[in-house]
Formats: sequence, structure tokens, C-alpha cells
Amino acid sequence: MAAARPLTAVERILARTSGAASVRPGDIVVCAADRAVLLETLFMPNSLNWRDPLVVAAPERALIVFDHAVPAPSAAEAGAMTRARAFAERFGIEKVDVGGHGISHQIVAERGLARPGELLLCSDSHTCASGAFNCAARGVGGLELLQVVCTGGTWFVVQPTIRVELSGALPVGCEGKDAFLALAARFGSADNCNLEFTGPGVTGLSLHDRRTIATQCAEVNAEFVLFPCDDVVRNTLAALGVHEGGRPGGFTPAVADPGAEYAATWALDLSTVVPQVATPGAVVGNVIAAADAGNVQLDQCFVGSCANGHLEDFAVAAALLRGRHVATGTRLIVTPASQQVFLDAVRAGYVAEIMAAGGVVTPSTCGACFGYHMGVLGDGETCLTASTRNFKGRMGSPDAQVWLGSTRTVVASAIAGRIVDPRTVDAAAGASAAGASAAGQGARVT
Amino acid sequence: MIVEGRAWVFGDDINSDLLYPQAAFGLPLDEAIGYVFRANRPGWVDLVQPGDVIVGGRNFGMGSARTAGALLRRLGIAACTADSFASLFFRNGINTGLPVLACPGVTAVVEEGQRVRLDLGTGLVRNLDTGAEAQGARLPAELLETLTGGGVLASLERRGLIAPPAR
Repeated sequence: MAAARPLTAVERILARTSGAASVRPGDIVVCAADRAVLLETLFMPNSLNWRDPLVVAAPERALIVFDHAVPAPSAAEAGAMTRARAFAERFGIEKVDVGGHGISHQIVAERGLARPGELLLCSDSHTCASGAFNCAARGVGGLELLQVVCTGGTWFVVQPTIRVELSGALPVGCEGKDAFLALAARFGSADNCNLEFTGPGVTGLSLHDRRTIATQCAEVNAEFVLFPCDDVVRNTLAALGVHEGGRPGGFTPAVADPGAEYAATWALDLSTVVPQVATPGAVVGNVIAAADAGNVQLDQCFVGSCANGHLEDFAVAAALLRGRHVATGTRLIVTPASQQVFLDAVRAGYVAEIMAAGGVVTPSTCGACFGYHMGVLGDGETCLTASTRNFKGRMGSPDAQVWLGSTRTVVASAIAGRIVDPRTVDAAAGASAAGASAAGQGARVT
Repeated sequence: MIVEGRAWVFGDDINSDLLYPQAAFGLPLDEAIGYVFRANRPGWVDLVQPGDVIVGGRNFGMGSARTAGALLRRLGIAACTADSFASLFFRNGINTGLPVLACPGVTAVVEEGQRVRLDLGTGLVRNLDTGAEAQGARLPAELLETLTGGGVLASLERRGLIAPPAR
């Protein structure tokens, strides 16, 4: 009998959830989802993706989260939420309603629902965010999510996996966003391959940075994105009452077998990373050093989204803004990824510092990231954003320009009124040098 | 499954926000289709004819999970082929009943306005005007079945899992 084919970590999860002994690239597998996350957008008027199910396969594994446009900016979104509430009530599905809400990928992180070795599906392309928890999570179409709700599963083509080997540590002034942009600059598109992060460089990355990187991998067309389950992940989940193995709800991390086959290896020494930005349009092929952006005057700077609406982003923003002010002619909008982040940021004093410097802090929502509300761009405007995506028209007018960078780069640029390398602002001795120094410490949240 | 039609050729990295801009969210389907490619090819929706085929470059449909396939079908697009698809667009194609055929090199053998034939079962794309061919990926039987069955809604309805459309 031939030895079992060694599997990558992603293949391990696809094999388990499809009941197959083994899988290989090219196979089509039908997988049972461990968790299905529904958004209010599915319930919009004229939805292309929703017809009320007569059967719900596993209501206890479903969660409805209001995130894309909260609180409702118009009657259409309000109606969607009304329909979603009725559906949740009818089938006994838990929902995260206005008040406890947040961006779904943040909510599942806060609640310990993104679990190592599990399969999580949601109708949002940045669902890969949960890959930071060793959870095979990905966006599917709304119709597929309906199918998952009714039947419990859906199909996947098993794709080749690329190993992303990280070494070194990020220099001061650089964030997960810069690491991701450096990867995209060096290796380009993953072209529907899975990405498995590994190597000694992962250990030193905060979960915040890992979540940014995992989220952003949607922009290099990755399929599943998986970080290893290490003590950072275990301890975070343990604090939420979620533990490995044994007891009910206990998780089993997905680990690659020795000798598993990878299509390629992308190696990155994190210590070589510098602050980066992506020019408007897409990420792949458009990454340059922030210092090389030239004189790009900014109408708007945005910090938020599943990628960078975390408490750590508020800490960075507040620290940079302490004793400084947003430039005249530039607006800074900061949107927390959840109500919990918002509350924590208020209690930590970050919100007051951002507002004192002339920034706007909005309620939690996807909002400006997808150009829907609370920070939509007009014709001819230029924005530097720490959110997820820089497509033409993404944040409003198709005639607006959207640049992508780290939270630190965005906030430093808001202060300068044009795109700058944030290390130049860090180094500047501001009016309150002592405060700025303390702020620098506070900003290195790990 | 074989589809023949006149080709509209697009370049690389045509993204979800061009296909289905957020301004179209929540609108009735017949209004939403007016927004397709408005940012990159204004007026295209008035030129497209039922039975036409889209030929895209690399990573066609990259980005969001937006159900762009349903809009393209409503515009009369009979099938979509591309050098490569973003997987969400490809999945949405199958699930909305829009034939999708990944065919590396297809943009090298088809120019806009030429007639093409797509064989979903064998993966072959043939330029009917020049005779040039490109070999793409055969659609597996399971996915072909979902596609020919009209997509996910039709399938769930047949299985009694969702209610018939509201009158």
C-alpha cells in the first residue's frame, strides 16, 4: 500500500471537512462549513442572493452580523436589517445587531469564532482575515452562502499552495500592511493559490499585524490564507474561553505534513521592509516606497476596515497625532472595526487625541472602505487609505484616486497633507517632544 | 455545453467594483445593469447584444464577492472566458448560471468583434473568424451540472430548500 500523500495545512482542512482521506490540487471537494457568517447585505431589497430558506442545516453554526452600512444610511439598509432580524428569529440564529456590531471579521475574532483548523465561510472577499487564527476562511458568493445555510456546505477546487516563509522582524515605523505590500511587490499575484505563512518571522508578528496581512491577501488573489497556530493564537483564544482539543468546542490546529508539496516558496526577510504604498488601481504591480510617492496632495486620509480598524491602529494614530494637527485642506477619518474597538479606544483616550488633532471618528462599519457612506470620495479627490482596496471607484467617484498604505503612513501623511514616509514624522521633534516620545512607545503595540 | 457569440475583449485585472459598482447595490436588476463597466467603459451596456461573449485577460473579476454574474446574464452575456479568473467571479458564474471558461492565452487569439465558440465540456475556445484556437480548462461534470441546471437558486428550489420566487 502506498504511503499517504503528505498534505499542506489547507489540504488537511479541506480533507477533514469533505470527509476525504486525502485531497490533491485539482480535486473538487464538497465541504461542510464549521461556521457560516451572514451579512445584512444579503437581505437588501432586490437581493440577487437571497430567497428565504425553508430549511436551515445548522442554525447553531450560523451567525448574522450587521457590518457593511451601520447604522442604516437609508431605508434600503434599514429594511435589510428588518428582514435579517426576522430570518434570525424564525430559525434561532444568533445575530450581532446594531449596538454590539462590528465588521464581521473583527466580530468573529473578538468572540473566538475563528478557530484553528476550522472552515469559515462568509459572503465577503476579506473573510481570509481569519486566516491569522489558522482558520481556513474565505469569501464565497452570496448565493453560495445561501446554499451553505440550506445544505451546510459548498464545493471547492483544491488549489496549489504557496509557502510564505517569513524571517527577521519588522523595523520600527513599519506595520503588517508594509509587509504585505512588500510581498506583493516582490512576488505579485498568488493567482488563486493558497498561501501558508511559516518561518521564524511569524513568531514576532503581533496578531494585529497577522490579521492585516491575512486580510490583504485577497488583493493578491489568494484562495485560502493560513497562519500557523502558535502561542500567540492559543493564548488569545484561551482568554476567550476557547481551547485546543478534548473538550466540546475544542479546536485542532491544521499543521502541514512533513514533505507536503508546495507550488512555490515566497521568502521575505521582514527586516528589509520599508514603509510602502500602492498607487491607485490595484496592489499588484503598483507598490512603491512611501518616500518615492512624490508630491501627492491629499484630500482625505482614512484609517479603518477589517484590515486596519483595530485598537492597535487607534493607538498608532493617537500617538502620531499627539501635539500635532491634521493639515489644512486634508481630512482624516478613522472608523473602528467594532463597537468594542470603539469603546476601548474611547477608554484609552485615543479617540479624544484623534479628535483634538482634527480627525473624525465614525461609528464602526465597513463604510468608507467600499465607498458607501461616512467618507465617500468626490470627483477628482485623492485619498490615502489604510483600508483594504484601491480599485478605481472603490471609495466613491470613479474619478477619485485611492492610494493604499499603513495606518502610520496614512496618519503621518494626514499631518503633512501629502504622502510621506512616516519615519520622517516620527523623527521630527514636535512641540511636545516628551509627549511624542511617550507616544512612540505607546504606538508599538504588540 | 457549447456557446457561440461575438466577443467583447477586456484587459487584465478587470475588478468586481468595475463590474458591479456599489452605486448599483439594492437597485432592481434592470437598473443595476446600467452601472456595469460605467467607470472603465461608459456606454458599453447600450452596445452589448444578447448572445455576446466576454473575453477577459488575467484575474478577470478580481476583488469582491459581488454577484456580477447575475448582472452579466441579465445583459444577455452568453458566456465569459478569460486568461484567468479570480475564483470568486468564477464561482459566482457557476452559481448564477453564467458559463465561465478559464483559458490561458485566449486574449492572444481573439480580437473584439470576432465570433468565438466556447466548448465548456472540452475547454476549447475557437475563433470562428480566424480558425485560431486556445485550449482552456474543461469544466468538471459537477460544475457543468450546476451551470446547466440554472445555478444555485434553481438547484435549491428543485430540492425544496427555498421557496419559489415571490409573485
